[in-house]
Amino acid sequence: MKNYASLLQGNEAMAQGALYAGARFYAGYPITPSSEIAQECSKVMPKLGGVYMQMEDEIASMAAIIGASLAGVKSFTATSGPGFSLMQENLGLAIMGEVPCVVIDVQRSGPSTGLATKPAQSDIMQIRWGRHGDQELIALSPSSVGECFSLTVEAFNLAEKLRTPVVVAADEIVAHMRENILIPEPGEVEVFDRRKPTGDPAAYLPFGPAPDGVPPISSYGSDYIMHVSSSMHGPDGYSNNGPDNAARQIARKNSKFEHHRAEIVKTRTYEADDADVLFVTFGTVTRAARAAARTLRESGVRAGVLQLITVWPFAEEAVAEFGGRAKTVVVPEMNYHGQLAGEVKKVLGAGADVRRVNSWNGQIITPRDILRAI
Amino acid sequence: MTKRSEIVLAGSGGQGVLLSGTLLAEAAIQEGSNVVQTVSYGIATRGGTSMTEVIIDDDEIVFQQVEKPDVVLAMSPEAMTKYEGRAAEGALVLYDTTLVAERQGENLRGFPFTDTAVKLGNVGLANIVALGFLCGASGILSRERLEAVISERFSEPRRTANLTALRSGADAAAEALARV
Repeated sequence: MKNYASLLQGNEAMAQGALYAGARFYAGYPITPSSEIAQECSKVMPKLGGVYMQMEDEIASMAAIIGASLAGVKSFTATSGPGFSLMQENLGLAIMGEVPCVVIDVQRSGPSTGLATKPAQSDIMQIRWGRHGDQELIALSPSSVGECFSLTVEAFNLAEKLRTPVVVAADEIVAHMRENILIPEPGEVEVFDRRKPTGDPAAYLPFGPAPDGVPPISSYGSDYIMHVSSSMHGPDGYSNNGPDNAARQIARKNSKFEHHRAEIVKTRTYEADDADVLFVTFGTVTRAARAAARTLRESGVRAGVLQLITVWPFAEEAVAEFGGRAKTVVVPEMNYHGQLAGEVKKVLGAGADVRRVNSWNGQIITPRDILRAI
Repeated sequence: MTKRSEIVLAGSGGQGVLLSGTLLAEAAIQEGSNVVQTVSYGIATRGGTSMTEVIIDDDEIVFQQVEKPDVVLAMSPEAMTKYEGRAAEGALVLYDTTLVAERQGENLRGFPFTDTAVKLGNVGLANIVALGFLCGASGILSRERLEAVISERFSEPRRTANLTALRSGADAAAEALARV
């Protein structure tokens, strides 16, 4: 890997981030605006001894990365809205089976195939609630090519640490954007590998209790036999429909997110400490908000930005802290319904002055668009 | 005052304006600047509006889009219609006279990029001719820097073809400037 500032596209940076984190299996079905991730993996993966598989569709892509991960290989896929919809069922399987893997969703304008080459941030609720049965799902959202790299590494680390799928919620702008970035040397950024079982293989419980809620995960083919099922299972992985068991399994599967919450939920602030006007953002729109805040500061208005690097689980504490202090909170996002604004309102309460700035025609939100809300 | 340049390259799908923007961005980071290149295109591989924006700045680039261009390249009549007005705001507007009707005005400069490429034997080089012209006319980046980037990216025989195209555009800009 080059260690001088190089010009990299967001999609390329996400692929490079995955490889840096140790991913050696990619299965996918190319779709705009994520295709360059598949392209990059098809070029680089075989050279690293990894596997690139082009699948017949996104249902199979998701199934393939689950299988590869259960065989012990860090695996991922990339897609956009239409493909992400097809992945939901197997994404639920990955959550139920506690299979570490990463799904990159480069959001484009919908509904359906919509504006295929234009950006959106409209999959945020689908990421959170797109599958049947309630569950937690981590989503990280990059605002620059540098973050495309670093957050993909982070996505793998969280996936491995928590035995869970993680979504990188990018958008078309950042995915197709090129910026100068410095790729870190191997070892410079921490890479976490899943905890493997030790001790007597006969006593191994792939879904047993664990201090942080995350039991060690075996690999298919090893001495530690692991049975993975989409149906409710006991600590040994085999079918168990007893209510006490179900209560314990669901509680543990959720408790691991609570246990590791501080490592998962990341935000970044720009002059938010004394902000009367606070912009709450995620993804590329963060940049327009920062420019708008700077303009407001120049005219004497104390404005700042709270960037949600982690979109899910929602950063309630930070929104309450900085949003509670501000007189006005503005949530700019590229969707019609104000998917993030609703969450912000939920935290700040009905009396708070929470304003929306939305774009749903594939056009980028500009600092001027945001300033109009003030 | 920091050095900042905002450039818009616009044309129709297939002309290669996105690649020209990437080459420009690559050259700029070799000079130690920060760069952001964004793109906008339609769903067809040929035709439709295709556009790229490049911002070069010594400082951090916060908002990623061009708000006040210093230079615009228009490679199609549609692009010219969209960006011609920027000349009055001070932007240098360069356009392809093979495809866009010639016109007079301050900050407007036309050159037959496509015709020149055809004479060089490959219409697909029009974007590189234009890139050479843009650098010569605007002084944003040196010809040598772009030559280095092209030499690195392309292998023969495309390397020579692209270098020839770049030089013909840069030479034409130098001549045009000498005439003023």
